[in-house]
Amino acid sequence: MSAALLPKPQMRGLLARRMKFHLLGAFLVSMGYATLYKFGIAEPRKQAYADFYRNYDPMKDFEAMKAAGVLESAPPK
Amino acid sequence: MLASRVFSLVGRRSISTSLCLGAHGHAGVVKAEEYTLPVYADRRDVPLPEVAFVRELSAQQRALKEKEKAAWSALSVEEKVELYRIKFNETYAEMNKGTNEWKTILGGVLFFLGLTGVILIWQKNFMYGPVPHTFTDEWVSAQTKRMLDMRVNPVQGITAQWDFDKNEWKK
Repeated sequence: MSAALLPKPQMRGLLARRMKFHLLGAFLVSMGYATLYKFGIAEPRKQAYADFYRNYDPMKDFEAMKAAGVLESAPPK
Repeated sequence: MLASRVFSLVGRRSISTSLCLGAHGHAGVVKAEEYTLPVYADRRDVPLPEVAFVRELSAQQRALKEKEKAAWSALSVEEKVELYRIKFNETYAEMNKGTNEWKTILGGVLFFLGLTGVILIWQKNFMYGPVPHTFTDEWVSAQTKRMLDMRVNPVQGITAQWDFDKNEWKK
């Protein structure tokens, strides 16, 4: 035999350990992504729409578009 | 699978006569085909393959095998390693060792990407005709002005980036 025996490797619970690691990781990654998406993308979008429509005057917008000449049935004159 | 299904294979000559003879007890008549015998394979998930690595032992190795039948403490370290090498091809460490193949692969991928780039540049220069007139600066700016007049995507899109009072893009 060689001079010193190698340490006995881990024989049991290999799948359990791997599953624990990956389940935790998958949970954290998915929750993290969902959180980042909500606060990075979804909330700002909702805020942008709220801000846009808070003081929105559709008639003023219509008159502007009419004056610019892009409405075929409502010419600028 | 029905036994009758096997007969169609015999008709199609994918099972040779010698195989058929060997299959039902006539193995003394024909020598077993090489590919029908169990094979050795270095696999991480199969630690003890069906056969030993070395099939025909030299005289020296046969003597060692005889010595193996006695007490193992009598074997020296070199003899034990020799016995191991008769039984197995690579150790787990050798089997699992990585190679430098990824460098070749990466180099090949980048090379062909570059080659594709050269081809594309040559094509743009020598093959393709001019782009449509709708790509000129005048047309694109007139197009953009029309989009702003129509208030395209006013909340988060292009119209949201335009300052109507100062008549310029928002900073």
